[in-house]
Formats: sequence, structure tokens, C-alpha cells
Amino acid sequence: MSETPRDRILARLRNVPRPELPRPPSVPPPTDAPARGERAARLKSRMEAVRAEVHLVPSEAWLERLKEILTVRKVATLLYAPQTAIGEALQHAWETDAAGSPELVAYAGPVETFKERLFAVEAAVTAAAGAVADTGALILRPTAEEPRLMSLVPPIHIAVLRAEEIFASLDDAMRAGNWPADMPTNMLLISGPSKTADIELILAFGVHGPKELIVLVLE
Amino acid sequence: MTGPESFEQSAERALADDQLRKNFAFAMGSFIVKRKAVFSDEAETEQLRARGQAIKQRALSRLPELLEELEANCTRNGIRVHWAETPAVANRIVLDIVNAHSATGVIKGKSMVSEEMHLNGYLAAHGVEPIETDLGEFIIQLNGETPSHIIVPAIHKNKSQIAHIFHEKLPGTPYTEEVTELNAIARRTLRRRFYEAAVGVSGVNFAVAETGTLCLVENEGNGRMCTTLPAVHIAVMGLEKVVEKLEDLPPLLRLLTGSATGQLVTTYVNLITSPRRPGEKDGPQEVHLVILDNGRSRIYADPQLRQTLQCVRCGTCLNHCPVYTRIGGHAYGFVYPGPIGQILNPQVEGLEKAAPLITASSLCGACEEVCPVKIPITALLRRLRDESYSRAPTSAVPGHGCRSSLAERLAWQGWVLVNTRPWLNRMMNAVLGAIGDFLPPVGPLERWMRFREEPKFAGRSLHRRLKKKGVADE
Repeated sequence: MSETPRDRILARLRNVPRPELPRPPSVPPPTDAPARGERAARLKSRMEAVRAEVHLVPSEAWLERLKEILTVRKVATLLYAPQTAIGEALQHAWETDAAGSPELVAYAGPVETFKERLFAVEAAVTAAAGAVADTGALILRPTAEEPRLMSLVPPIHIAVLRAEEIFASLDDAMRAGNWPADMPTNMLLISGPSKTADIELILAFGVHGPKELIVLVLE
Repeated sequence: MTGPESFEQSAERALADDQLRKNFAFAMGSFIVKRKAVFSDEAETEQLRARGQAIKQRALSRLPELLEELEANCTRNGIRVHWAETPAVANRIVLDIVNAHSATGVIKGKSMVSEEMHLNGYLAAHGVEPIETDLGEFIIQLNGETPSHIIVPAIHKNKSQIAHIFHEKLPGTPYTEEVTELNAIARRTLRRRFYEAAVGVSGVNFAVAETGTLCLVENEGNGRMCTTLPAVHIAVMGLEKVVEKLEDLPPLLRLLTGSATGQLVTTYVNLITSPRRPGEKDGPQEVHLVILDNGRSRIYADPQLRQTLQCVRCGTCLNHCPVYTRIGGHAYGFVYPGPIGQILNPQVEGLEKAAPLITASSLCGACEEVCPVKIPITALLRRLRDESYSRAPTSAVPGHGCRSSLAERLAWQGWVLVNTRPWLNRMMNAVLGAIGDFLPPVGPLERWMRFREEPKFAGRSLHRRLKKKGVADE
């Protein structure tokens, strides 16, 4: 008799006839995979079907659009990641003209010391590392500079995505990014605001995560 | 309730509960329509299901190797791996981790394996408060109930019942049937819990051996809260959850979410590969993975029964089952309800306990027509029925032969006798033709005839009548 539960479990599993079955062949691309030019539109329609708000904007106009979105919602505080490209662009834009715009709040220090502020902030802006058009979802790759909870705790999450990072399918995104070689601490697909249908299957939004997900697709 | 009910009694009680039946009929009907909407192309769906089946069967064919690979990669990533042969051991492992951090409570994401372990009761008995955070689980925990469905655990309740629960169990909560308001109440109540929690517990939908990644799907964001905010994350999984490669996920995710809720993708697909790395500002400092056997390695030993382990716990077999839809999940009396429960519980807990489940099916096969990994549920039910009468000295299923009885064996031996001896057969036919219609409904006949019309015996057998007409006797 082997010694640890691990050894006993593995021994039991090894100890039975189990002819090795082949790996199923690689996936044929889905028949409805959108072509490059149609991906942003497909992503928009898929994500809006689950109550995300998707804006297709010219690259040079995204900060302006962001300010509009924040103003309409009367957002007073905006969580951002200072050491990222988006963060730098925000800082620069706010230095130029912060009138009527929310106060910028940097994710300063580890969550243990930042929690109170994190739970009080009204909105957060992060990058999306990519997106999947056929099912409609953003790909997020949180980093040390842009932590995980930014896209979860504040009631409004705004994600900035470059149109050329939209993939036809999740398979494509995985292959193109060679995911197996480099998995970060945490990676996410996000398709819309937090939702539930646990009461009589009636859809309700914002049960635990963000109540609103707004995507700026930079074209 | 006074003492444990039999399955038959609880099913009868459920059938008499109009509200319960309305709640289930509506919800299951909606699920069927929603699933159909995302799997509208039949040929493509069949291809996808075949792929799901092939991925899981391939993974099972290399199960011990993949578990070792998973362990090695998780360990390399900084995830601590624990193995448990029984729920008791798994519970102990979780409690020890909680105690090591002097935590007084844990926040929990939805996990069927933790239900299988009866983790909540165990933690509570040891002074640790388990807090369910999935809305459905939160509702039934407040009301002291267990899940009635794998995916939507509180689906047996309607909104006015839930309004009463919130009003009565959450101090200072006004009565409201507004679903958005009920959600807001849960959000407010649980935000505080998320904020304070030191330990989070979750299940695992798929564990990827290749990268040591845990994949969790959800819609609410509570799963992400439980796996990101606390300093410690404990994931529990059945050992069959391991898949070989990351590229196996896209088809499996599509199958899981499409089958479960008719979604193309859930709101969140969470891929967790390590605890917080140096320099990172959030995420748990410790991630633990508890791998539970609980009878699975025994199920694995039998090539036919092994197919049970392909299950991805989508719950679509429940939604499509005419029995489940009418009696709901609680009537089964086991952790896993519906068709999957009918084949899984007897194998895990033994036929002597779970045999009533295996006959609660018309074998209509609606479940296996939609199963995303093509588990042959009706064949497995028939196998378990056979096992329940088996007189073999050993069997892959605990409690085999529990239904074998002397009276029944004698009856079948008699049947064989009268059907292999022509003279005996003729005599039997003559006797039944004369007095068959007057047999008193007693013993097993009484049970049989309670819901069925009495058979009418012909004065002369078909065999004899045809012979008289000159039809050749073969």
C-alpha cells in the first residue's frame, strides 16, 4: 500500500486498462467567423445584446468620447493605471483640460492598503488586451501596473480596445497570442456587465461586479 | 419534517405542490428555448458535441498523467496542490488552511463539489462561517436549503417567496418583489462580506494540465470576488475536471455555457494560473487546489461507467428531463439531482442508498440527446438497474445486488420454465385463460396495477388460434 492519498489515488487510476485515445483533430474555423473588416461590428452587436455599451471611435477622438461618457454619468472619481499608455494619455489630457472631468484616482499600493478607496471609486478605465468577435467578449490581461480588481469592484468599467486586436474566435486569439507559453497570474474574458437570472430567470444587471461595461473600440 | 422521506414520498409531495411545479415548468421551458437558440444549427451542434466528447474521453484516457502534469505545473506556478480521497479529508484540508490564517469565515463561489463535501456544514460545525455569494446560493443559504438545480440553485422559489426570505432573514430589509431591488439588497449585503473576507472558496470548471490554469465561468462577478479579494483562495475540484490543453477550452466553454444557460459566453471566464506575483497589487497571496476523488477512481475503473466522468455539470439534462421538470431537484434527496444525479449518486454513495433513483426514469433519452459530451445516460441507467439485481460476487458499483430478492428470482425461474417447456406453457395458458381475470390484486400485483389497467387474458392463446387457422407453427 502506498503512503499518501495522492499516491493511492494515482495508483488506482493507473491500475486499469485504459487505451490511450487520440487527440481530436484541430478545430475547423467556425463557419460564421467574421472577416477582419466585420469584426468590430460583430463584437459590438454581440456585446450590446448582453447590455454592454460599445463605441467605435477614431483613435484620435477616444479621450474626448471618454470625457463625454463620464460627464453624462456625472462620474466624480475615475480609477486609472498611471504607468500604462492609457494612463499616461489620461494624465496628459486631464492636465490640459480637467474642467468638468472626474478626479483621477491612481491604483496606489497593494489592495490591502487601497481597499477603502477602491470600494468607494465610481468608475475605472482599463485596457483590453484583445477581443473575441464571434461570441462577443473582451480579453483582459491584468498586470502589476493595471491590477485585477479595476475591472471588478467599481460600478462602471470602461475598457479601451484597439480594433486590430479583435480576433474572429477564441481559438484564433489563443493561437495568435501563443497563450500556453505565457499565462499571466490572471486572464479574463468579459462579455458584459455583471448579471444574474437566479430569481425566476429574470435578468438583472450589476449584481456583484460592474453595473455598466463601456467599451471604446479605437479604429 | 418527521424523519427522512422515501424518494417516492418526496416525489409525491413535490407533484402535489402546484407552485413548485409552476416554477419548474416555466424555468425548464425557458432553458430549453434558450439552448435551442444558440445551438440552432443542428449539424454544427453535433460536430461540437462530438468534439466535446472526444476531448473529455481523450483526457480521461490519460487521467493519471494529466493529474500529475497539472500538479507539476500548478506547483511551478505557486499553487499548492492537495489530494483527498474522501470528502472528510477534503473538508479537513480546507479547515486547516482557514485556521492557519485565523479566519472566522469564508466567502464562497458556487461549487457543486463543495456541496458534495457538505463543506458548509462542516465549516460551521468548526466555528467557521461559510458565506455563499452566488445570488441563488445566497437565497437558499438564508433559508437553510440545498440547491434544487446545478446551475440555478434557487429556481424552485418564485420572487414573492424570495421577497419573504429577504424580509425575514435580513434585518431591516423591507418587503419587495422587485427583482432589481432584491438584487440590490444582495449586492449591498455581500459587498461588505467581500470587503472583509480573508479566505475565498471556489469550484473549478476546467483545470488545464498544460499550463496549470484553473478555469472558472460565471455571470455575477462573485466568483471573481472570491478568487481575487481575499488573501487566500482555495479551489476544490473533482479529479475528472482536468483537461489536457488550453486549446481544449474554446469548444468546452461553448458547450458548457450554451447547454447550461443558452449563452454564447458567460459574463466572466476567469483563468487563474498563480497567486499574486511579486510587484502585483492584488490577487490572493496563496492559492490552494484540493483534488477530490470520492469514488471517482472506482468509477474510472469500469470502461462503461467511466463515461459518467465526462460530465461538465452544465445541468442541461435536468432542464430536458420530464421527471426533473415535474418533481424538481429536492425530491431526489441527493446532492446531484436529475439524470446526471441518477447515474452519479448511486455510483458514489452506493446502490443500497440510491437505488430508488435509477428507476425514476422512462428512459426516454431526452437527456442524452442534449448532453454536450454525449454521456449515454440511459445505457448507464440500465447498467445500474442490472447491477442492482446482480448476484456476482464483486461489482464496480457499491451496493450491487441490493434489489435481488428470492421471490423475484423464483418468479423469473418459473417464467423461464413455462417458456421453455411446451406442455407447461400450454397448461399455464389454459389456467390463466380460465382464472387470470380473477387474480386478486395483492402483493407485487397491487403495486403494479395501481397505475395500470388490469391485463385481460384471452380464453385461448394467440398461438392456438393461429394454429387452428392453419398458420404454420415455427
